[in-house]
This record gives sequence, structure tokens and C-alpha cells, in this order.
Amino acid sequence: MNGAADLGGMMGFGPVVPEPEGELFHAEWERRVLAVTLAAGAMGRWTIDESRHVRESIPPAEYLTSSYYAIWLRGLEDLLVAHGLVSRDELAAGRAAGPGEPAKVLHAGDVAPALAAGTPYTREMATSARFAAGDRVRTRTMHPRGHTRLPRYARGHTGTVVAVRGGYVLPDRNAHGAGEQPEWLYTVRFDARELWGDDADPTSTVDIDAWESYLEP
Amino acid sequence: MAGSGTSVEARAAALEEILVEKGYVDPAALDAIIATYEHDVGPRNGARVVARAWTDPGYRQRLLTDATPAIAELGFGGRQGEHMVAVENTPDEHHVVVCTLCSCYPWPVLGLPPTWYKSAAYRSRVVIDPRGVLADLGVTLPASTRIAVHDSTAEVRYLVVPMRPPGTDDLDEDALAELVTRDSMIGTGLARVPGEAS
Repeated sequence: MNGAADLGGMMGFGPVVPEPEGELFHAEWERRVLAVTLAAGAMGRWTIDESRHVRESIPPAEYLTSSYYAIWLRGLEDLLVAHGLVSRDELAAGRAAGPGEPAKVLHAGDVAPALAAGTPYTREMATSARFAAGDRVRTRTMHPRGHTRLPRYARGHTGTVVAVRGGYVLPDRNAHGAGEQPEWLYTVRFDARELWGDDADPTSTVDIDAWESYLEP
Repeated sequence: MAGSGTSVEARAAALEEILVEKGYVDPAALDAIIATYEHDVGPRNGARVVARAWTDPGYRQRLLTDATPAIAELGFGGRQGEHMVAVENTPDEHHVVVCTLCSCYPWPVLGLPPTWYKSAAYRSRVVIDPRGVLADLGVTLPASTRIAVHDSTAEVRYLVVPMRPPGTDDLDEDALAELVTRDSMIGTGLARVPGEAS
């Protein structure tokens, strides 16, 4: 979707402000939101793609004026309500109205193994890859209402496949509960001037990772 | 009340309480998650990988060929680093990593991303004006150095192997790892030269 999260190429946000290496949080609640988001995700009721989609669905004016963990908090509230695990009334009241339904709960002893295992997104493909490194490809012009990982700035442009990454779960479908529908994933390189015009740095390139259905011919 | 008019801090506290009351999250697990990313998993992991690549040509080759198992050799892997790719900076080409759509970042080797990495300023601009962003962060590269920006739009996570600084031939792997900054592994900085303040 063309949401506020799709920021590449926008202007007017000012300089990038660096930060020392050890500084990860700016308030205690940010720590808690990180942890609650990961722990709630471990219940397995939604995919990472769905969680990205709820965040990009936050109205642009709110998204752009919210801090990072405030976006995570809003996203988690929306996911919990959408999946019937918590009600809007409970959020408004700030306390549970009743017990939860049976759920897969991440316990403290499971945290290290769960984080170390991660969630692999590669899948065996029954078909062979349509493109190979060196192929010239064009990204589709598309404006889906649902989730996609093809940024607006990279749509409808010609680039070169620089790597074939393997079969990966397709976020565009997985975010909406339509199954994993894995596709071949490619790294595609664009000259900066192809994306941004004659004023762009002629020595720069931008790579994206693009699923096969994002690409033509 | 913790409705939409209340502070984000109050909403965060209320949500945690609701989830604990409903039995969906274990408070001890929350503390364990925070401790993991505040104390155990951070950019010192990635610095070990880079220092090994600088000192062991066989390891460097494995890292650049298939990064996930090479990184696992040093004991690092897992969430948000399931599918790693390492890219090496040279005098001719400098790599910079971003996630314009959200905040994808290689957690097992770099930990949680810094605020600026997740900011609208960085995500919007580094793809269209990488040299300008590098200048904001104090990095000026020769005009002849190509800049390759990597927008992490899938589950592949990128680790930049910075150039080994001059004057480090006598340093061992531990001393070299000290020179590898977080930003040098994102591509928004360079490795420190010996004696340079951290």
C-alpha cells in the first residue's frame, strides 16, 4: 500500500542525527513495548508481514508524528484487537475484563532458544528461477491496496539482477492470511539516475530485494 | 483510563498489564528479552565477525560467499539474522544499508537498530542522497568511490565489512574488533584508526 511507512525519496525531514553506540532506548516504556511486542508475537497468531502491514496502515499524519516504539505500540494494540485477543474496551479501561483464551505463551526459559532459532523465511521452490544474475528486469508499476515490499520509488524502473537469493515467503499474500505462496527473490540493482533523474549521483546505485512477481518481463 | 487521549507511556503500561492479566505474556520473559538486547546481543558480535574476516582470508571468503553459516561459526544467528549477506567496502565501492519501509536490521550481529536508523530522516534520504547523509554523519568519501545503497526490502539482512584501517598490521583480532564501530557495519561510518577516540 502507499502508506506513510514507504519513505524512500521523501524530503523535508531534516538532517540525520547520530547517536552513541550504547543508546538503544530513551524511556523505560520503550523497553517494555519492544519486549511485549516480541512476546505477543511469539503466540504465533500473526506473521511478521501482518505486523508490518498494521504499522504501515496507521494514518500518515499519525505515523509521521509518532516515535518508533509508539508506532509499535499502536500496531500491537491493533493486532490484538483484530485477532480478538484484547478488546478496545479493555484498552480504554487499561485492564482486562476477563481471562484470556488459551494461548501459546513464551516463558522466560524459552526466550534464548526462541531468539537464537529465529524464523526462517526461505522455502524450497518447485519451479526454477525465471531470472539470473546479469538479467535486465523492470519492476512493475503497481499500487496495491494491501501490503507490498516494493517501495514506490522503485516501481516501474529498469535494473539488473545481481543475485538470486532463493525461494522466500511472499509478504504481499502472507500479510493478509493468504498463505506463504513463496516466490523466487532477487536482488536488483538500479543506477541512481534511473530512479531519481539527472541530478542524482552518477556513481551511486540502489539495491532492493524483489520477489519474482514484482518483475517483468 | 488508557484510551487514545492518554500518554503513550500509560498506554504501554496498560497494555502490558492487560496481556499479563490475560495470561498471554510472562513478565519474566519480558525481562529476559530486554536483558538479551541490552547486554548480550549487540554490535560487539558483528565486530568479532569483521575482525575475523580481516585476519583470516579463508573466513573472509566464507563470509562473503555465504554469510549466515560463516556468522554462525562465531556463535551468532537467529531472529532478524536468519538470512545474512555480507558486503565488503573497498576503495572503489562503499556499501550503505537502510530499510526504507520499516527498520529491518541484522539483530544477531548488530543488536537493536539505533533511533536514527529507524528515523524518517534516514529512511527517506539515504536512497536519494547517500553522500549527503554520510556528510551528516561525518563521513566524506572520495568522489571516485561508488556508493551502493542496500534497501532491506525482504528478509535478507546486510552486514557491511568496513575497510581495515591503515597502521593495524600488528594488531590481533581482539584489538582489531575494538576498532569496528556499529556505524561502520551499517556503512554510515568507517572503522576507527588506532588511537582515535571511540
